Amino acid sequence: MNCRRIFEADFSQPKARQSQQSGAGNAGSNLLVFRAMNFLESTWVGSWLNGLGRIAVLARDAIASCFTFKASRRDLLYQIYFIGIKSQAVVLVTGAFTGMVLTAQTYFQFHKVKMDTATLAVVGVSMCDELGPVLTALMVAGRVGAAIAAEIGTMRVTEQIDALRTLATHPIDYLVVPRLLASIIALPLLTMEAIVLGIISGYVIGTQLLGIDPTYLYYDMMQYMNDADVVFGLVKSFVYGGIVALIGCYKGLTCGMGAEGVGRATTEAVVYSSITILITNFFLTLFLQRLYVLMQ
Amino acid sequence: MIEVRQLKKSFGSQSILDGVDLRIESGESAVIIGRSGGGKSVLLKHLIGLLQPDTGEVLVDGENITRMTERQLLRVRRKFGMVFQGAALFDSMTVAENVAFGLRRHEHLTEVEIAKRVAAVLDVVDLPGTENKKPAELSGGMRKRVGLARAIIYEPQIVLYDEPTTGLDPIVSDSIDQLIIRVRDHLKVTSIVVTHDMRSAQRVGNHVFLLHEKRIYASGPPAEFFASTDAIVRQFVDGVADAKTDAKTIEF
Repeated sequence: MNCRRIFEADFSQPKARQSQQSGAGNAGSNLLVFRAMNFLESTWVGSWLNGLGRIAVLARDAIASCFTFKASRRDLLYQIYFIGIKSQAVVLVTGAFTGMVLTAQTYFQFHKVKMDTATLAVVGVSMCDELGPVLTALMVAGRVGAAIAAEIGTMRVTEQIDALRTLATHPIDYLVVPRLLASIIALPLLTMEAIVLGIISGYVIGTQLLGIDPTYLYYDMMQYMNDADVVFGLVKSFVYGGIVALIGCYKGLTCGMGAEGVGRATTEAVVYSSITILITNFFLTLFLQRLYVLMQ
Repeated sequence: MIEVRQLKKSFGSQSILDGVDLRIESGESAVIIGRSGGGKSVLLKHLIGLLQPDTGEVLVDGENITRMTERQLLRVRRKFGMVFQGAALFDSMTVAENVAFGLRRHEHLTEVEIAKRVAAVLDVVDLPGTENKKPAELSGGMRKRVGLARAIIYEPQIVLYDEPTTGLDPIVSDSIDQLIIRVRDHLKVTSIVVTHDMRSAQRVGNHVFLLHEKRIYASGPPAEFFASTDAIVRQFVDGVADAKTDAKTIEF
């Protein structure tokens, strides 16, 4: 499949082309299939599948382009700075407060059954496996995904993407690859930061505010956590990094005309990447858990 | 040489081009005129592969570009430079970075050489010393000239101009026309200018095409074209609105 139409101004399939394709099928059954496909394309299921296909083509082309090393190092470093360094405040606050509230809530429940010292074990596992990667990715999707969609969308509306193409530069090499690479490098690091900060703040709250015994709190956490929890978190954040960058770029590249188009692309980038992250999280958890059991 | 054969394009249910045939020889300065919204820019974008036709062919130096992938097209596009209607400068970059973009991506030159070439080409478009300005600080005419500098710095064989004088005052329009002629004569490029400015068309073209009703309605050298007695050509050249259409729409 050719990705050229991703960059075109109008994405509805031209009618002339469809009728020509319909006419091309000489057998009656072929005609029926073409008509059924044309009908499907006009429904929301069709447009949804169409979008999914386009993202898949974009992902394939972007991954293929990563291996040609055409992206400039300067652009990549700038994107890492933008996604990684500029997201510090958001990620630090998210990690710290999630760790603290989780510690408090777990303590309130565990205290009833005299399991106070197991609090940090729960916090540690939850932060590493679920809350660290998912919440960090959601925060980054809100900040970075929106910025990517808005920037690329504006470039598209003002014909800057067409200008890139006339200057013999592939928009995927120049715009998508640096963002994709930066996102899958920065997000695992940000996630680790959120996890570490969450556990430390949980430990501080547990020992200083809630009065749990520090030694047993730490000992129990080490007892019930293992390396796999950390690896799970990292693998997940790597996948989410890809999701945020790809959906942001896709929405920008295919955004409608005018200010309204850019606004919609930005909103959709955040909503779709957040939903994709949450749904992927469930399946990825089951998959990684099964893989872990098999490897034992 | 650029050849377009039976090109058809529609967006959704709206047909824009319906069987366009066109042939532009190397070194020629072609002007495509037509009504606003008549598909001139769409036709221009097909010549460089920015749009893919529904049916028909576009041949650049005998090579069919219609079914090429985006990556295969990159090689063909190095022959082209394009000046956009709204200049389409990269707004996050300075003028110098904009102009040097094509050079940086495709030629291995030192920063000193790049700076020299940028200064030289900015001189050609009468904008010396503007290297460190941002596009937002420039006027419309200046932006178009920077767009032209960006398109010609790597010395392409074909330069496409999408409505280069639209929205500019007569004096700036004239300077843009002079630039187009200067670029054509100095670099020996094939120029293709899309416009609805008759003065500009007369001045820069040595072959005029009229796009009317989704096809090329008339074509020829400017002297013959502008002397034509055909009703539609005359209506367009003299700028006369269709009386019947006006009578229908105006009601008091």
